[in-house]
Amino acid sequence: MHEMALCESLLLAMEESGRANAFTRVRRVRLEIGRFAGVEIEALRFGFDVVTRGSLAEGAELVIQEVPGRGWCFTCNETVSLDHRLASCPSCGGDRIQPSGGTEMTIKDLEVE
Amino acid sequence: MCTVCGCSGATVGGEDHQHGHGHGHDHGHGHDHTHDHDHGHDHPHGHGGHSHSHDHGDHGHGDHHHAAPGLLDYGAGPARAHAPGLTQTRMIEIERGILSKNDGYAAANRARFGRDGVFAVNLLSSPGAGKTTLLVATLTALAGRWPVAVIEGDQQTSNDAERIRATGAPAVQINTGKGCHLDAHMVGHALESLPALDGGVLFVENVGNLVCPAAFDLGEAKRVVLLSLTEGEDKPLKYPDIFATADLVLVTKADLAPHLDVDRAAIDRALARVNPAATVLDVSARSGDGMAAWLGWLEAERRAALTALAAQAEARASALRSAVSG
Repeated sequence: MHEMALCESLLLAMEESGRANAFTRVRRVRLEIGRFAGVEIEALRFGFDVVTRGSLAEGAELVIQEVPGRGWCFTCNETVSLDHRLASCPSCGGDRIQPSGGTEMTIKDLEVE
Repeated sequence: MCTVCGCSGATVGGEDHQHGHGHGHDHGHGHDHTHDHDHGHDHPHGHGGHSHSHDHGDHGHGDHHHAAPGLLDYGAGPARAHAPGLTQTRMIEIERGILSKNDGYAAANRARFGRDGVFAVNLLSSPGAGKTTLLVATLTALAGRWPVAVIEGDQQTSNDAERIRATGAPAVQINTGKGCHLDAHMVGHALESLPALDGGVLFVENVGNLVCPAAFDLGEAKRVVLLSLTEGEDKPLKYPDIFATADLVLVTKADLAPHLDVDRAAIDRALARVNPAATVLDVSARSGDGMAAWLGWLEAERRAALTALAAQAEARASALRSAVSG
């Protein structure tokens, strides 16, 4: 969707952290991206390379951990795991499900020098 | 995007936004708002709506947010799968949402709305679904009943703000330039150009786009997504992210139904797949059909929001009084 904007936010966060923690180079970034976050991983990787060019994170390795989806089934009244946003409930087969997890977009940590 | 303050080179009110004037937007990211959203996750069944910014990944990590980014030496902390090797590298734990900067601005906007008793509505849809037309009809129908203001988001032109101003309501146009969505920082800036809105309603008309605006919390109380009857029944299935975050879905241009081969029930089925909790209303700004129900929704939600704020203020006053007497 707006992977470039996400990458710009990511770069800002890394630059802030660089000032706070006195590092000038990021070797590796680890992100958690939920299955339902609406993020196209390949577009994110492309955007990361473009946005970090000339920055402290140029050439850094981007490690992305996918977080599985979860949803609240209105029929079962419980949280169930979902493969995709429009998946039916694995317990009852119903469709009345509100995604309730797997929307994460989190920066976990940085490997820096 | 401006790397100093994070705004996307947007202009507010048609003038270039200057970055150099120290507009104090370092409001510390308001991390405590993440707890509010945790609630939304735990009880998605409890109320018709669900909170908005919980999509941004801050939830579940609340405990980490308050700590300054920790410094973890290899071998000493949870370096996880990373082999330290012999280089001078170290691990910096961050544990924050990629959009935490936006979420911080959104929290500041939300706090400001709470302080002033403003009921803020974020209007989203594809281009041409009728957001501005609906707003013009809404403002005309409200006819000064509450203080109102509008923030208009578009890539270019101030046409929409001019249409709004023609109704007598104050409006600020944000031009996002290349940007495909409004963010909370732009909205915060736009608020500075609007008159005081105590107890009123703020409508934020987002950039016409069914994809990007979904992820950006603006600090609004409610999200309203418009789907015009001409767009196709399966739009909610094709663009689930935005419909999943809606508190209310307005099916617009309802007056066109006799001229179209639209399966109206299929729209409801698609919406129910993506967002079983959303309220769905049919409306035609042109004929006026359904406007009463939409205005009724606004009135009820505004009343609920202001009542909740009043209860919080009373609880606070009561706590202060007992602190004085205690």
